[in-house]
Amino acid sequence: MENIKTKYNRRSFLKSSALAGGGLMLTASWFASAKAADKMEALNLPDQWNELTGYIKIMPDNVVKILCPNPEFGQNVMTSLPMIIAEELDVDWKNVVVEMGPHDNVKLGPQFTGGSNSVRMYWKPLREAGAAARNMLCQAAAQTWGVPVSEVTTKAGIISHASGKSAKYGEMAGKAATLEVPKGIGLKAPKDFAIVRKPTKNVEGQKIVTGKPLFGLDYRADGMLIAMIQHPPAFGMKLKSFDAAEALKMPGIKEVVSLKMYEDGFEQGGFDTRTFNDLLVVVGKSTWEVMNARKKLKVQWEPIGDIKETMAGRGGKREVVVPGGLESTSTQMEKMQEYAQKPAQQLRKDGDPETAFKNAALVIERTYTAPFLAHNCMEPMNFFANVTAEKAVVAGPLQAPGWAEPTLSKLLNLPPEKIEIQMTRMGGGFGRRAYAQYMYEAALISQKVKAPVKLIYSREDDMTYGIYRPMYTATYRAALDANKNLIAFHVKGGGIPENPVHANRFPAGAVDNYLAEGWQIPSNITIGAFRAPRSNFNAAAEQSFLDELAEAMGKDPIEMRMEMLERAAKNPVGKNNDYDAARYAGVLKLVRDKSGWKGGKDGKYNRGVAAYFCHNSYAAHVVDMVTRNGEPYVERVFSAVDCGVVVNPDAATNMVQGAVVDGIGNAFYGGLVHKDGAVQQTNFDKYRLIRNQEAPKSIEVHFVENDIDPTGLGEPPFPPVFGAVANALYKTTGKRHYQQPFKPESASS
Amino acid sequence: MAKYNLNINGKARQVDVDPATPMLWVLRDHLDMPGTKYGCGIAQCGACTVHLNGTAVRSCQLPVSAVANEAITTIEGLSEKGDHPVQKAWLEHDVAQCGYCQSGQIMSAASLLKSNPNPSDEDIESAMSGNICRCGTYLRIRDAIKTAAKK
Ligand code: FES
Ligand code: FES
Repeated sequence: MENIKTKYNRRSFLKSSALAGGGLMLTASWFASAKAADKMEALNLPDQWNELTGYIKIMPDNVVKILCPNPEFGQNVMTSLPMIIAEELDVDWKNVVVEMGPHDNVKLGPQFTGGSNSVRMYWKPLREAGAAARNMLCQAAAQTWGVPVSEVTTKAGIISHASGKSAKYGEMAGKAATLEVPKGIGLKAPKDFAIVRKPTKNVEGQKIVTGKPLFGLDYRADGMLIAMIQHPPAFGMKLKSFDAAEALKMPGIKEVVSLKMYEDGFEQGGFDTRTFNDLLVVVGKSTWEVMNARKKLKVQWEPIGDIKETMAGRGGKREVVVPGGLESTSTQMEKMQEYAQKPAQQLRKDGDPETAFKNAALVIERTYTAPFLAHNCMEPMNFFANVTAEKAVVAGPLQAPGWAEPTLSKLLNLPPEKIEIQMTRMGGGFGRRAYAQYMYEAALISQKVKAPVKLIYSREDDMTYGIYRPMYTATYRAALDANKNLIAFHVKGGGIPENPVHANRFPAGAVDNYLAEGWQIPSNITIGAFRAPRSNFNAAAEQSFLDELAEAMGKDPIEMRMEMLERAAKNPVGKNNDYDAARYAGVLKLVRDKSGWKGGKDGKYNRGVAAYFCHNSYAAHVVDMVTRNGEPYVERVFSAVDCGVVVNPDAATNMVQGAVVDGIGNAFYGGLVHKDGAVQQTNFDKYRLIRNQEAPKSIEVHFVENDIDPTGLGEPPFPPVFGAVANALYKTTGKRHYQQPFKPESASS
Repeated sequence: MAKYNLNINGKARQVDVDPATPMLWVLRDHLDMPGTKYGCGIAQCGACTVHLNGTAVRSCQLPVSAVANEAITTIEGLSEKGDHPVQKAWLEHDVAQCGYCQSGQIMSAASLLKSNPNPSDEDIESAMSGNICRCGTYLRIRDAIKTAAKK
């Protein structure tokens, strides 16, 4: 076996301990290998979260228990992270039992599911944990047999020596646990991988297909009550007064209470949001009873006015003013148009774009818009909480328990060691469950009513009381000279309430004269991360614009991008270009070859292409569209992804296919409309999600094969789908589509 | 409140609930059978699919008072050992991502195959059109149904 040397950080340490009955438990704690230079999008990790710890337990009977540190929301971490440990430990996957770890940021690391970071962040630490444990087992065997450790080999959980001696890991685990944990153990070369890169079935598959209680909504405890919140009918409104007499007369109802989430001046953490701060809560014995009683509440609402919030994230303490008022989509649109004309903040400038635009033979300018989107996780928000004076136990679906704990501790006035957070499997996340306000709500309700409660959002609550993908717009301009060469590029983007522009992404670095600008409009509509935040809009707008640009330049859209990327690779403009031009070109080349692109001409299909880089990975799609029953339909898709080593190829393929389906659905139908602050889509009858018959017949997924440490996968394939759909739609309808959703007429089913 | 004698997964169960309570909540809250999922409550998503006398129905739209002693089958009772051909095909194709919609998908698929053992692509798509999968596993759902149909 060829070994690759790894460096341990000075802060590295591993601890072993004997298990009752002769087993070994390895607790590994070390400095995360994530490169400091790799800025993590949408992540503001406190420094101490770089301390990671993993658990391996080897039982005397050779069963290997591996804890999954990160919460699972369908991205397959409960399978893929343990696979990484098992690989270096060199065990038989059949003997591996996976358990979801407890919330413990000291022992298990950041435990953050999001930012396409799970595998990327845990890759090296988990390999090192597995390798160290394997080495200790070998040492134990060598000592027992009186042979040099260098002569001892392992294979799938068996240690052997040329003399014919052999032992199961379980037999040596007790002794191994008494040894010093070694440092600087070499890791396997990728060519020797026996588990990683092998399609491996979901460890919870059997439980899922038999309906076992896995999700937060399935959580139950003795004496548990159900709680639901009656929230204001519109953003910009708050509770004025209520009369609960009728509701309290309804069967099964225990209490109707009102409470405040954050007191004035409360310092919110970076990922805390308050959709509505005054909560009116109905608590009862069962969901149906609470749903019915809630309808009997008589409530007066009033305008909220401007509110001042104190945010205390990594950027230090700051005051944020959230404006009052009842917003409507039409007025939001007008306001965006107005802001788009105003001077904006310069985010990046190369060369002399002003002069280049002045001297251009042709200037192309296009403006793109996209609406708010609701996450619509299949499992609505919910959380269990049992808060007493001594202790708080909370359980439910949460992407970032470590971010939520400090706020929860302050809200409940309980120290973190008295808070137990259990992470259930999540019925989808897409960024929504990084914002834990539904957990805080559950905990405060439990504290107030002095009982264990499960807070449930109805689908209507979930959709109208969300943390949405912001509304965005961007104007792209390109200057061509008389020979149709691209001489300048300008993007000016904005949104409610954040600007989407990634100033240092392609085509920055590929154009001599470049300008990126951004602006934002404050709003009381709560927003947050949504599968590839900002990128999911940029890839739609920029990749459609590049398609139109290629057409104006008389070039094939793939070749045109490849030429630009070649320029960016060989002679980049500027220094801060975020992407690796060669890897970017690599996915375009792969998708071109696999799809048989040949200039995009096809007798049957209208073909659209797009590519994008985000979350450290590269993805490209060719979307093949037809007209079916008078409607554009994406029948076939080819996808190419470069995310480095693919840990579990079949699950990764599933993830990419899902991203493609999600992208088509949101591009065609996704959109949330406000009228006087009220969300107009309240359930799936009005908010259309893509359905089975609308999904493509085939989605062929290809991964670039390389040995680069894994980068992200959950998000990167999603954004370019929008662009590829837009470009195929142009070929199908002869019309460019600048406003999402592309099929608004059918947006409600 | 009224008492109901129900026949669920071949077992007699008794509940004392409001007659309008949907079977979805009777199963989840009163009988501790959370395999049947809540997704929308308005017959749009299919997460709550169960069988009523072998046919797929939306349990969020089925008041307990309308059930009488007709046979209800839930995901927990689709097979004794979790080895119904549809469940096996689901594992073979590793269909699930988050998994939340999948018990509803499986119940719809099992009902389809019972009435139409050899469904065409169009039959599958139309029978499954009422089951939303937010994670987008539709292609694998179709493939798994085809595999199950062969068994
Ligand atoms: S919960 Fe019944 S169809 Fe959605
Ligand atoms: S697997 Fe997540 S909703 Fe279907």
